[in-house]
Amino acid sequence: MADHARSTPAASAARAERPLSLPRVMGLLYASRIRSQASFRTSFVADVLGQMLVVGTEFLELWVILSQVGVLGGMTLTQVAVVYGLGALAFGLADLFFGEIDGLSTMVRSGKLETLLIRPLPVLLQISSMDLSLRRLGRILVGLSTYVIALVVAGFSPTPLTLLLAVTAPLAGAAVFAALLTTAGAMQFWLVDGREFANAFTYGGNYVATNPGAVFPLPLRAFFTFVVPATLIAYAPTLTLLDLPGPTLIPAWSGWLGVPAAVLTWTLASLLWRAGVRRYTGAGG
Amino acid sequence: MPRVSAYWSVARASFRQYSTYRMATAAGVFTNSIFGLIRASILLAAIHAAGGELRGYDALQAATYVWLGQALLAPIEAFGTREISQRVHQGDVAVDLLRPTHLLGMFYAQKLGRAGFLLLARGVPPMLVGALLTGLALPSDPLSYLVGAACLLLAITVAFLGDAMINLASFWLVETRGLSVVYMAVMNLLSGFLIPIAWFPDWLAAIARATPFPSMVQTPIDALSGRIPPIEALALLGEQTAWALVLTVAAVLMLRIGVRSLEVQGG
Repeated sequence: MADHARSTPAASAARAERPLSLPRVMGLLYASRIRSQASFRTSFVADVLGQMLVVGTEFLELWVILSQVGVLGGMTLTQVAVVYGLGALAFGLADLFFGEIDGLSTMVRSGKLETLLIRPLPVLLQISSMDLSLRRLGRILVGLSTYVIALVVAGFSPTPLTLLLAVTAPLAGAAVFAALLTTAGAMQFWLVDGREFANAFTYGGNYVATNPGAVFPLPLRAFFTFVVPATLIAYAPTLTLLDLPGPTLIPAWSGWLGVPAAVLTWTLASLLWRAGVRRYTGAGG
Repeated sequence: MPRVSAYWSVARASFRQYSTYRMATAAGVFTNSIFGLIRASILLAAIHAAGGELRGYDALQAATYVWLGQALLAPIEAFGTREISQRVHQGDVAVDLLRPTHLLGMFYAQKLGRAGFLLLARGVPPMLVGALLTGLALPSDPLSYLVGAACLLLAITVAFLGDAMINLASFWLVETRGLSVVYMAVMNLLSGFLIPIAWFPDWLAAIARATPFPSMVQTPIDALSGRIPPIEALALLGEQTAWALVLTVAAVLMLRIGVRSLEVQGG
């Protein structure tokens, strides 16, 4: 008995010395957010349905245009649906984990960021898990189902290689969008009042990514391919998957550039993020 | 009955309040212009695919439609506002109700002041960008500008009333964010902001025309671009006025019933 009493503080001290591993902390953090949101069931279901409606009306825009003209940017409705589904899926995944970075300027201004900086966890991970909004599952669900159904209808004949591309494209696209969202967040360390600037590249990038890249005039297409690689997220992989010829600047083989683009954008995003966090000076909190 | 000057002061203060956010305004104009370019590219590609003209829109008219839409986005606040619902949830609405001015009148005065600033600061620059990059189809009849201005004022009013009603739902709902997200999605489509209503399939156009949404975007765009001659635009102006009246009655009723069930705790 006495033995036991003595060992307890020692054991807890040992536990305190050995912190939880990062993946385990991440798991705990995300699981707690998911539980907290799923507990308001009606609101949660309404939110997801609302989000699905929003994504649906976005697609309706393309559907209305294509019901008038038949071919847009060299693509038929089902081919455009592949682009749209893939783009929406990629953005939905990124938005689920990194969408909250948009609110960074509020945290900078209110001094809330300081409480995050003193905790022994990466700030980016804390922000990402702080407000994981499950309503964003709506976009992912619509994107995934549109992507899969449209691929089948468009006559996608998988080889092992193209099947690999079909699976990795949404993930690489999500990584590119996540890097763009992180870059936009990092920019807020400098442009506290100008957060809307970044929307041109994040939400604007999403808009471009969900459309056939051939509709954009060359300067715009070049910008959204080489600077903000939006056309490489969904349009280029769709060309490769469906074996379609690409327009100027976006050849069909560029469908394979998703992963390199993700690596490149994340390198830049993490450098900028680090510089931003270092630059941050407390507002008094 | 409070004097008109109270509302006038509120509108002026609201105009000045928004004019202090210079950086945010510049950022908004930039983003607005990039989105205008993306949207114009898509519509111009569609018109090109249709052989130069699509249901009454040629390339120049479609570009004008896009840039006018981008210019209206900020003044009509197509992304919705949350102020009234937040004040209801936090109980601050009790203070608003004690004021000698009408609650909706107060917020409308604020909205007009804000819209005045947003129209100048966020509406005019995208039009200039459009004029430089794609060109604009401007009306030849000076009367179009006059009727267009009236349509614009009513569009802002109808948009305000719709948004206010969504906000007032907070008297009964704990969380209005979901409602407002759905409302904005429906509004973006049915108002003719994303694509002209003339391009809709018949069933969708019929649904849109039965709602107040076209009065918020399509009508002022048609009147200001001169796509609809000023005489015909007068009929649309009448439709907007009718919607403004109907929605005013509905919003005032909602407020009255809502106030009865309102319970503010603490003090």
